Amino acid sequence: MGFFFNLTPFVPLFPLLAFAVIILFTHRNNRLSSNIAIGGITLSTVIAWGIVAATIAGGERTRTEGWQLSIPWLPAGTSVLDIGLAVDGLSAAMLFMVPFVCLMIFIYSQGYMNLGKANQDPRYARFFAYMSLFAAGMLGLVVARDLLFAFISWEVMGLCSYLLIGFWSFRNRNTEDHIDEAQVDRAKKAGLKAFITTGIGDVLLLAGIALLYSYTGTLTFRELFQPETLAALQQQTLLGMPAVTVIALLIFGGAVGKSAQFPLHVWLPDAMEGPTPVSALIHAATMVAAGVYLVARTMPLFIAGFDYTSAPALYWVAIIGAITVLLGATIGLAQDDIKRVLAYSTISQLGYRMMGLGLGGVVVGIVHLLTHAFFKALLFLGAGSVIHGMEHGHHAMSHHAPGDLAESREDESFNANDMKQMGGLRHRMPRTVWPYLFGTLALVGLAPFAGFWSKDEILGEAFVGWQHTLAIDHHLLVWLAGTVGVFLTALYMGRQLALVFWGRPRHQAAAQAHESPNSRTVPLMILAGFALVGGFANAPFLGSPLHHFMADIHQASHLVNVAATEFNFVVAGMSTILAVTGLLAGWLLYRNYQAGQVEPFKRYLGPVFTVLERKYYIDEFYQLAIVQPVVWLADQVFNFDYRWVIDPFVNLVAAIGRWAADISGVFDSVAIDTFLVEGVARAFNAAGRWLRYTQTGRVQNYLLVVVVTVLMLVGLYLYL
Amino acid sequence: MGIPLYWWLAVAAALFCLGLYGALSRKNAIGVLLGIELMLNAVNINLVVFWRYITPQALTGQIFAMFVIGIAAAEAAAGLAIIIAAYRQRDTVVVDELDMMHW
Amino acid sequence: MLTNQMVQILVFVILTIMTLGGGLGVVSSRNLFHSALFLVLSLVGVVGYYALLDAGFLAVVQLLIYVGAIAVLILFAIMLSRGLMARRQHQRNEQWWIAALVVLLVFVVLLVVLGQVDWPVADEQALLSPNVSVGQLGQVLLGPYMIPFEVISVLLLAALVGAIILARET
Repeated sequence: MGFFFNLTPFVPLFPLLAFAVIILFTHRNNRLSSNIAIGGITLSTVIAWGIVAATIAGGERTRTEGWQLSIPWLPAGTSVLDIGLAVDGLSAAMLFMVPFVCLMIFIYSQGYMNLGKANQDPRYARFFAYMSLFAAGMLGLVVARDLLFAFISWEVMGLCSYLLIGFWSFRNRNTEDHIDEAQVDRAKKAGLKAFITTGIGDVLLLAGIALLYSYTGTLTFRELFQPETLAALQQQTLLGMPAVTVIALLIFGGAVGKSAQFPLHVWLPDAMEGPTPVSALIHAATMVAAGVYLVARTMPLFIAGFDYTSAPALYWVAIIGAITVLLGATIGLAQDDIKRVLAYSTISQLGYRMMGLGLGGVVVGIVHLLTHAFFKALLFLGAGSVIHGMEHGHHAMSHHAPGDLAESREDESFNANDMKQMGGLRHRMPRTVWPYLFGTLALVGLAPFAGFWSKDEILGEAFVGWQHTLAIDHHLLVWLAGTVGVFLTALYMGRQLALVFWGRPRHQAAAQAHESPNSRTVPLMILAGFALVGGFANAPFLGSPLHHFMADIHQASHLVNVAATEFNFVVAGMSTILAVTGLLAGWLLYRNYQAGQVEPFKRYLGPVFTVLERKYYIDEFYQLAIVQPVVWLADQVFNFDYRWVIDPFVNLVAAIGRWAADISGVFDSVAIDTFLVEGVARAFNAAGRWLRYTQTGRVQNYLLVVVVTVLMLVGLYLYL
Repeated sequence: MGIPLYWWLAVAAALFCLGLYGALSRKNAIGVLLGIELMLNAVNINLVVFWRYITPQALTGQIFAMFVIGIAAAEAAAGLAIIIAAYRQRDTVVVDELDMMHW
Repeated sequence: MLTNQMVQILVFVILTIMTLGGGLGVVSSRNLFHSALFLVLSLVGVVGYYALLDAGFLAVVQLLIYVGAIAVLILFAIMLSRGLMARRQHQRNEQWWIAALVVLLVFVVLLVVLGQVDWPVADEQALLSPNVSVGQLGQVLLGPYMIPFEVISVLLLAALVGAIILARET
């Protein structure tokens, strides 16, 4: 069995090779290209599962110390920068999930991108090349032995997310007949948004890695987590905190970006602009999982020196996680786009994982990551199937009724993603509805589906932790946020099920929707199987086997508590009741929803619903926080004042001649209007103009700013 | 060696600053590129000087200088190609006019 | 009688005049073509430095790649875009004086900082003759430094392909 370990480099290498081969040689042959991509990931899956089996068979030593390979990369001065690969319990657990879910998504994509059909995507081969590179990045991260290799893989994923989210922004006007300009524009913006937003996190992560290297001289996980190294890091202080806490927070900053935590979550819902398989890949197997995995991997750094006041790294992980859970779940209540609901659900579920990690529970976070990957991939692929069915229905509709052709062409309001135009699809798509239902139940967390076990473990751990202290601390907070989150999750999923699959069709397209072909429904069914049984892998009545499998690696640091919390009937009962109530409430409210009606939630929640619908205005806030809207605002204020203040002023001047007696009143107007009102407008305008100069677009200005900044930093370093 | 280490470092610093000034103040993109070449050479002088004065047994300094030369060659090729492409498309090589990132 | 040390210092001064004078010419010449020729002068000065520092192979590499290839490449680029630059215009942008001040400050800071550091200079014996043969360099390049070496070759290839694609007439 140990033989499989030596094949570890091939796990990321096969998809990488597939990428290279497709880009360089086979991109003209679409069928061959996608088969190469699928072949690459299949080989990876086989090897990865072999490694998992070998790890299980290898016993405790293999799980904790595992296998590793180090490549001296660059001898620099006195030290050598190594990069290397390693396998232990934690990476083995990820290796079980990542390549397999990728494989399912790849197979699904072949159908989704319409291989061999007339409307096959013109950049079909390129799509599979990018997907392969994405998978290679994630697999590289999972088997990384050190932060350096992890960071390289991390950035590869960042690049691929940009390329894939913005995939439809590169449409060629010469070769494609109908291009939706608005969609092209949205895709371009979404890709940039994802790249820049996660880039903020990446800079923090890189700073953390650099600090870590400067303090310890190593980036290898296993050496970093030696008790002596951690103790040394704890004694150094930086910015009034132990250095280890600063580093942990910086690493967490990277994870906040990649895993779409508040306040950097804004890119994830917009990532919908990519093709649906990309969404599934990002939301389940790769991108967002990367942040959670990195935090789990570097957990000893978070725990070292932990106390609430001076070293609050873990505390912040839990808080940010809790905010994200509630934020995602409430916004999810008010979205109409089927994929957007799922996207906000992902954000909220990512919050659960961060909360789990924030309690110091590596295993609970990662187990939820694994189960979530299966059912969220399932839900996204199911949503893709529904959307394709709707598009089919729309197509058939205009086809079957040639008389109405002109009308249907003008049917601008049709949107295949809009849940309010669906309805009753359970009759039209009988092979999609069941897997979708399984995925929903797993997400909501009803026994015995996968989500139940993983979510309740997080809540149970929080609850038990709270009972130990009985103080109002982050345990209580996590438990409350998590429990409310369960109800909200059930509510929006109940709404979604009722809108999409129950009720009567609210659009002709829904009435004529088609079931998807096997290439798309079979991966759904396989994933549905995992959504049903996946949770048993760590079920308490089986002794929570994954706990020892994964957490043993952190034993060396003497910090991470690996024992599983016992199954708590109070917690589980409560969340089950809430989940059932939520599902039923959502379903009952929306079951008889008719097109054009005011939504039930909107009826009951009123303005709150609007706030949710607009996602708490966070996007708007960010827009306002950058320069251009400031200028716009200033211009508006300026115009407004000119029209509403200056004009009356002119009239007043005319009135002077008629009512000379009113001179003192006019004088007031002049003083107040010109100096206060108009003055404020002028000040805003000037500020806008002035701020605008910082964005000159001239590279030499930027370079000058860089040089001055470096000078100031050197000055700080020398004389402080 | 008869020459103090500090002299070498001062000369390299001066060359670096000249290059930096060129990169910051030249209007022509090719002029900027010339400045960058000067900076790279200053760095290379430092690498070789440190090798010669501090670790004459290890070859790291020389090897790295060679890598820098290699990267400089790549940079010059790509940079000049970009300049030529920009010249064709926008009919200018003046950096100030290449401000597509402008508000 | 000229001692060995005096000769070295004399050579150093001459090379410094070449290098820094060339550098000054690069950044201040109004004609870009002259700038590029000054760059060649400066690069040849650096070749002399390498020779003075007993890095013979590197001197040859510098001469071949920098003077032989990069400088010629730049001259070509200047001639290709010459039509525009023939229109006499200022070669300095409007921020040049800020840049000059900042760069001067950088230079002063560098001199101060470099003077403060206590450099761990090797002992006299080791300084005498490093005697690095090209063979040794080759062995190291393909031994411990093999991965970076290969990466650089891939980078060069990529830059080459990229340059062709970018500059190709479409």
